[in-house]
Amino acid sequence: MVAKRIIPCLDCDLQVPQGRVVKGVEFKNIKYAGNPVELAKKYYEEGADEIVFLDITASHERRETMTHVIEAVAENVFVPICVGGGIKTVNDFTKMLKAGADKCSINTAAIKNPELINKASKVVGSQACVVAIDAKRRYVNDPNETDKIVVKTEKGYCWYECSIYGGRKFTGIDAIAWAMECEERGAGEILLTSMDRDGTKEGYDIPLIKEITKRVDIPVIASGGVGNPKHIYDAFKLGNADAALAASIFHYNEYSISDVKKYLWEKGVEVRL
Amino acid sequence: MIAVVDYGSGNLRSIMNAFKNIGVNVNVTNDKEILKTADVLIIPGVGAFKKAMVNIEPFKDIIIEHVEDGKPILGICLGLQILFTESEESPGVMGLNIIPGKVVRLSAEKVPHMGWNKIKIKKECPLLNDIKDGYFYFAHSYYAKPKDWNVVAATTYHGSEIPAVICHKNIYATQFHPEKSGTLGLKILNNFVELVK
Repeated sequence: MVAKRIIPCLDCDLQVPQGRVVKGVEFKNIKYAGNPVELAKKYYEEGADEIVFLDITASHERRETMTHVIEAVAENVFVPICVGGGIKTVNDFTKMLKAGADKCSINTAAIKNPELINKASKVVGSQACVVAIDAKRRYVNDPNETDKIVVKTEKGYCWYECSIYGGRKFTGIDAIAWAMECEERGAGEILLTSMDRDGTKEGYDIPLIKEITKRVDIPVIASGGVGNPKHIYDAFKLGNADAALAASIFHYNEYSISDVKKYLWEKGVEVRL
Repeated sequence: MIAVVDYGSGNLRSIMNAFKNIGVNVNVTNDKEILKTADVLIIPGVGAFKKAMVNIEPFKDIIIEHVEDGKPILGICLGLQILFTESEESPGVMGLNIIPGKVVRLSAEKVPHMGWNKIKIKKECPLLNDIKDGYFYFAHSYYAKPKDWNVVAATTYHGSEIPAVICHKNIYATQFHPEKSGTLGLKILNNFVELVK
């Protein structure tokens, strides 16, 4: 059996040359959490199964900065590294992989140009092509009032809308149907973030994760809302997620990665200790 | 001298970084003269079988001669698969045929096989010195089926039992990525280096 993965996420602001890790609440109110190279090394040593970097500034001239950050990170980190934020072309993929990344995640570029998923997965392989989906609940009174896939949640029925540009723009696209399309186009993995839960520490959006893991065969990484190890357990047990992504609980030393893994192990979840 | 064959495939920087971490210098090169004199060859690989075979063509004879001279070789991931005769991924394309057998598609609930999986040791192999049944990082959709399963030193399970480590005379290969498998992966690379010390 493949072990469930624990993945710390480093949101990087590249306005300073060495980059800095930041953490926002519901995609806003940015706080600084440290240096990307040092944090990545620390997480690797604590037993992270993979490390995700998201360039939240993602403007063109900063792409070079991200390449340098990844080069420096890869010298000390011997687990897979995934990079996202502003990746637009197959060339961007190969550049990041050359710098030492193993995977790239795309969101905005994939929605604007879905063919990019097909092309990238052919050139760099599905295993290196991750599609990130930022999903926002849209509640409905009656499941039949929309043609979108409707999920029953603790607060009533809703469908999920894809957002792009780091949560700044909504697309009208059904996140669940989109996840299925991404798989068909060759994506190797879905990084699924709940915008409603991100930064809240109320737990992952289980109905969302469950619905998507039911419908796709590629691995799904749960993201957004983790506040304690029980939330991670729920993402695996109730949501069937393959991996759990977390930021602030690790950045602010509320829990260490090994604490979380020990907790999961004791509850019977297969993790790499 | 340890040489990594740079045939335009794979995450060479990660392999370099991993060896650097264990204090070993490797020569990542496409220079045939250097490759010919290498004591040890490492064949990396990420991507599709056919593309790898096209790109490795100029180095094919050097690799085969290296193996025939009894010098150690290490294939990693797709670098393991191209050591075999052929692959379902690219029908009609011949592999290096150093190990008789065919590479076939995984039949499992989730493909690609991506993530950390446990290995089970099948026979003694210097690569696995001081390693028991730990977790290693896999990322692949095809796996090798050797004609003679005695070449398999360790397996993992994903849909069926699949070779994780090949160990046959001077031929070594891993289906997982040792350079991305944490301390245990680094240990494997270290064990490989010990072979030529």
